Amino acid sequence: MRVSGRQQSEGRSQKSEVRSRQSASLLSSGSCLLSSFSLRRLALIFLALLFLAALFSERFAGASYAHQFRDFPGAHISWRFPLGTDALGRDRLARLLSATRISLLLAPAAAVFSTALATLIGGLAGYRGGLPDRIVTRGIDLMLSLPWIFLLIAVRALLPLNVSPAASVAVTFALLGALGWAASARVIRAGVRDMRDSDFLLQARACGCHGYRLLLRQLAPNLKPVLLAQFWTSIPLFILSEANLGLLGLGVSDPLPSWGNLLRELETDLTFNPGIVACLVLMLAVLGCFRVLLPPKSAPLD
Amino acid sequence: MRTVKHFAQLALSLAATALLGGFLTAVLVRVSPGFGVDEHALDPARDAAALRAIQAARPEQGDFLAYSVRHTAAMFRGDFGISRNWNRPVAGLLRERWPVTAQLMAAGLLGGWALALVFALPGLVYPARIWNALAGGLSGLLLCVPSAALALLLFVCAGPVRAVVALAVFPRVFEYLRNVLTHAAAQPHVMAARARGIGPARIILRHIVPVAAPQVLALAGVSVSMAFGAAVAVEVVCDFPGIGQLAWKAALARDLPLLVTLTMLVTMATQMANAVAGTLASRRSEAGA
Repeated sequence: MRVSGRQQSEGRSQKSEVRSRQSASLLSSGSCLLSSFSLRRLALIFLALLFLAALFSERFAGASYAHQFRDFPGAHISWRFPLGTDALGRDRLARLLSATRISLLLAPAAAVFSTALATLIGGLAGYRGGLPDRIVTRGIDLMLSLPWIFLLIAVRALLPLNVSPAASVAVTFALLGALGWAASARVIRAGVRDMRDSDFLLQARACGCHGYRLLLRQLAPNLKPVLLAQFWTSIPLFILSEANLGLLGLGVSDPLPSWGNLLRELETDLTFNPGIVACLVLMLAVLGCFRVLLPPKSAPLD
Repeated sequence: MRTVKHFAQLALSLAATALLGGFLTAVLVRVSPGFGVDEHALDPARDAAALRAIQAARPEQGDFLAYSVRHTAAMFRGDFGISRNWNRPVAGLLRERWPVTAQLMAAGLLGGWALALVFALPGLVYPARIWNALAGGLSGLLLCVPSAALALLLFVCAGPVRAVVALAVFPRVFEYLRNVLTHAAAQPHVMAARARGIGPARIILRHIVPVAAPQVLALAGVSVSMAFGAAVAVEVVCDFPGIGQLAWKAALARDLPLLVTLTMLVTMATQMANAVAGTLASRRSEAGA
């Protein structure tokens, strides 16, 4: 059978289209794989390496965050000072790594505190129902009706401001943990309310399981995914909040570095300084990694 | 009758929450270190009578409960007290400053919502991967930048500082809006409409928006609080004379009358925005049902 030139060219174009579709689907599946698996792994590796570098910041940067190189105030980027020095001659790399250590250690600690508080308050309200539930709901409404940054500023400013740097770190992150429970408590309360009348709890009650045993052995394990999601979402929120507070002068006090007070250098150094911008870039990278590591979001109606 | 009862309950709930917020703030200010220290009282040249007069001029230092009740009653008459820090009536300070914050918030809300809609809507009709990735990337990037840092960066670069509120509202609204709209777009009736060849604009306006409206309205209420939070950071960093800056200075100076009034007003405003959005959303869903 003879095949005309036009048919041949059509066949060739169809084949090439199929090939391109196959390669596109391979590419898309590859990118999906990269986004779902490798990206999470990359984020974890990056955070782990950064955490290690921050943990041994003095060895890594070769200087303490508070050490002043009096002969090099405001030094530019060099081999000796990879991110330069600030106006007081302190090595920016050492300060950045120490600030990272504070954020990566204390933001999760504050998130644990806030999630524990939310579990206690939201769990109690959801499990007991009635008057305790109404009181807790009113409290949650009040906390959530105040803009987060306004609440933080108001409460932080009312706490002692002239404290030692270590105390200022503790106060800042304790405050974040103590005030950040409301949104999590609402989610946990809803989760407990849903579970309270579920079949497995009814069966457990029928089998004679009551009180703390019921809470710890039946309810708590089933709440674990909700609690973990709340914990992971709180970490980036607290890191950002600390940075905002530090920028407004209510966060960690000098000479201890934090991402917030490092970013305040932008106020004094009006020229583009890569050493200062590095802090913002690192913060973006860390928060981006946390976003990748967060449990995948479902649609709000699901 | 049902509507009247609903609004009465809403008003009562609003007032109760605002009063609770104001009272808790007052308690917090009262127990905070440094409260009640008057620099004039530290002057050794003043005699006992002058010190007693200074003490009498600060009624909040006496019986706290009685002061709170008096202050609340005066607030209902429109008298918000005198600011210790500014030595001026609180009402005057609020009157002077609210337009700055209102303008900042209005522009921010409009800009943020416009950006969110621009990035969320096309993805519903023409699911282009690049567009969605671009929108997701931009919103993710903006979510990771503290609003105060963004304000400072734009201020240093002589950029449009007023756009910070919009840039802070956009990612938070966009993420939720996209989820809600995508969920609405996946409903069977929308697919049926697409299969019948109905145009994209009509599908969005007639079939997707009505389904998503209750949640979008609820989000609109919440976004007022987001905008105020961003406005506080912008006003403090860029020295704009608005309510946010006033709150920051009142907190630093432990200015009880000003801080209590601001807390109550902010609580009332955000709760009212949420209540209005909630009422509209429930009306909408009732009409849909």
